[in-house]
Amino acid sequence: MAVGIEKPPVGLSRVAISQTHGENSPYFAGWKAYDENPYDEIKNPSGVIQMGLAENQVSFDLIEEYLKQHPETSTGGDHNSNFRENALFQDYHGLPSFRKALASFMGQIRVGRAKFDPDRVVLTAGATAANELLTFILADPGDALLIPTPYYPGFDRDLRWRTGVKIVPIHCNSSNNFQVTRQALEEAYNSAKAMNVRVRGVLITNPSNPLGATVQRQVLEDILDFVTKKNIHLVSDEIYSGSTFSSSEFVSVAEILEARNYREAERVHIVYSLSKDLGLPGFRVGTIYSYNDKVMTTARRMSSFSLVSSQTQQLLATMLSDKKFTENYIRTNRERLRKRYDMIIEGLKKAGIECLKGNAGLFCWMNLGPFLDKPTRESELVLWSSIVHEVKLNISPGCSCHCSEPGWFRVCFANMSEQTLEVALKRIHDFIKKQR
Amino acid sequence: MRLLSRKATCNSHGQDSSYFLGWQEYEKRPYDAVRNPTGIIQMGLAENQLSFDLLESWLAANPDAASFRRDGESIFRELALFQDYHGLPAFKKTLAEFMSEIRGNKVSFDPTNLVLTAGATSANETLIFCLAEAGEAFLLPTPYYPGFDRDLKWRTGAEIVPIECHSSNGFKITQAALDDAYESARKRNLRVKGVLITNPSNPLGTTMTKEELNLLLNFVNAKDIHLISDEIYSGTVFKAPGFISVMEVLHDKKLENTDVWNRVHIVYSLSKDLGLPGFRVGAIYSNNDTVVAAATKMSSFGLVSSQTQYLLSALLSDKNFTKNYIKENQKRLRRGHEMLVNGLRNVGIECLQSNAGLFCWVDMRHLMRSNTFEGEMEIWKKILYDVGLNISAGGSCHCSEPGWFRVCFANITEDTLNLSMQRLKNFVISLNSSSSQSHHQRMNNSRRRSLTKWVLRLSFNDRAPEER
Repeated sequence: MAVGIEKPPVGLSRVAISQTHGENSPYFAGWKAYDENPYDEIKNPSGVIQMGLAENQVSFDLIEEYLKQHPETSTGGDHNSNFRENALFQDYHGLPSFRKALASFMGQIRVGRAKFDPDRVVLTAGATAANELLTFILADPGDALLIPTPYYPGFDRDLRWRTGVKIVPIHCNSSNNFQVTRQALEEAYNSAKAMNVRVRGVLITNPSNPLGATVQRQVLEDILDFVTKKNIHLVSDEIYSGSTFSSSEFVSVAEILEARNYREAERVHIVYSLSKDLGLPGFRVGTIYSYNDKVMTTARRMSSFSLVSSQTQQLLATMLSDKKFTENYIRTNRERLRKRYDMIIEGLKKAGIECLKGNAGLFCWMNLGPFLDKPTRESELVLWSSIVHEVKLNISPGCSCHCSEPGWFRVCFANMSEQTLEVALKRIHDFIKKQR
Repeated sequence: MRLLSRKATCNSHGQDSSYFLGWQEYEKRPYDAVRNPTGIIQMGLAENQLSFDLLESWLAANPDAASFRRDGESIFRELALFQDYHGLPAFKKTLAEFMSEIRGNKVSFDPTNLVLTAGATSANETLIFCLAEAGEAFLLPTPYYPGFDRDLKWRTGAEIVPIECHSSNGFKITQAALDDAYESARKRNLRVKGVLITNPSNPLGTTMTKEELNLLLNFVNAKDIHLISDEIYSGTVFKAPGFISVMEVLHDKKLENTDVWNRVHIVYSLSKDLGLPGFRVGAIYSNNDTVVAAATKMSSFGLVSSQTQYLLSALLSDKNFTKNYIKENQKRLRRGHEMLVNGLRNVGIECLQSNAGLFCWVDMRHLMRSNTFEGEMEIWKKILYDVGLNISAGGSCHCSEPGWFRVCFANITEDTLNLSMQRLKNFVISLNSSSSQSHHQRMNNSRRRSLTKWVLRLSFNDRAPEER
């Protein structure tokens, strides 16, 4: 995690030459293997299957159908808006109709258990921008955010690179399904203190990436109590909230706040995006929903550096305002993701592989611990290398997610066809058979 | 314990300046020919609204581009998933070609050296993140775009040190001014990392001369620092002398593969030339591989929507369109510029001679009651609240001389422009009649102007930063 500071060559900043963007980490070799030899059902059936990309490709047809039925959506929405107005619109408050539609969509995902005020919605070019922005606002260089492990590898870059903020891990393990405990929170906080580092907040991803599981209500309550006690912030990255297989199993921190009458809400900030639930990562649509007025205002001003294209806002405002569409989409998407999840779990089980019990996301958290030579990170990487180069599956090793227990791997299942998933499962099956 | 970061609680976002106040006032009662004819006319927003019809007719003739279709086939999925920070290859190619076309094809741009960002706002900030940090500074000629205070300093921690330019030589950059600025940074214990110029200039509306560009290149070479050339108005040059990009000068001087070649970076955007600020399309161009690599990764924090990249790649690949657009757009800008200059001249107000941009740099020194920034603010407020025109005061652009204003002409119709000139005429007449007794005083002021300017410069530097 330490950033080597050397004298910058040719007058560049330390940020420019640091390695904190994390792209030289060992597991990028998996991406390289895929890029050099990508699987194609017809043209390259023995290529590397990409299972390291958390994309949602199972519900595109629903969006394509919508656009076909409503062609005016892409060309300019209803008759009141027009190209000129839209092309000029760069107000960092965001298109009112889009904010309204997005706030309503977020409420629908939570089945009305939480409501979102469109005027509090701050738009950013993706959750990547949202998370960095919040870090700039909540912490100073040298401060830290506490994050439960395992966590999304991109956080190392998004939260630390340009902000100069540190990440201190809240260690979680399989003994309790990797749920955050009060003890782990205290330990993380104290370890930061021992390093003379000031903790500014806790950042959780709910549902979790890479676990593929929602955070339990009691754990959310504990975390909220903890941040209140320490007088720090809580950022809840809920970008997979619409990807929960059953709508009743996701508890948003927004619901907890509502139940508490918004007491201490000014320390809570939610991040959302349409990249996972709607499968639109290319459109760069993220949002910060903060219950703190000062954070909201500052975030809005700072979003100038990462505004959402007005063309995209217009398209999505129209689409997401169609309640019939959104209801059907949310429901169907959940069903399809569950079906995929069941398929991969079943397939892995047949191969003798157990996974963490998951209920959300675009991936499962697979346990290959029993197949390691030794319960070490090195062993995990050796096994991972075989899987990438021999089995030809690009999956993500737990160490890239800072998991403290070796042997776990994140395997994505929503970015490919069912046929491809079958092929992948067969390959794993054969590989494990050989291991025995 | 302080609950938010220093960045969140400081004023570096700059939103307390008059630039934003005028905007706010406009929002309260905006002019509308029918619904609010006495409302405030927005002349403080550098937008290009003169050529939308050209874009609209292209879109009508090419519906696939906005509908996620290529050659009749849907590419929705491909676009929806495309988030590669290297950018859509087809878009970068056409953007590089467009940039070249604007420069009369005197320079060519390699798409692999292009980094896409969500607007020039993001491009400028990203470049500073790559080139400077806290304790370091960039030198900027004054007057400059007020947004730079936020874009270059807020989150990066870097500082801006002004290169003071004066009306005595048409606000051109001089060796003395460069040296003064460098020395001034040194006195503030700031390490200078580079110079940032806007060419064509905002707010001056002038293109840089070859002499100035040579001066700058020699300076950055001698000091071993960077040069950022923000060329977002490059397509708005409507009159001679033409636009000379710093890239062109580097070519002419055969400086490829020298040190300085690696330290010159260009910023571009489609917000001004094409009038598409809402689409958030900016770019960094650099011959420095390390900068391109770092900026590319940083662009993750502000990528351009793939939907927009695709639409614009189709638009810009139509060379008939781009050729006609560039020419027609410049023609209309020239006309708007002429109207404003003549309209102002009719009421005894002169502008800095200019050949580019979406605005004029207007000299209202003779209308001030005192040759001070307070005097300038007095005029600005009167023009905002009484005359109903939101224009930008030179002080908010860090101009070292009070009395200059930036007035935009490309975001309003000709009728509205005429109305604004009419309102101004009435205002000037009323000023002249009420202040004929102070005419003698004004004569004395103009004689003492050079002394006052010198005195002002000292006192201006003594003020705390946020008062400038």
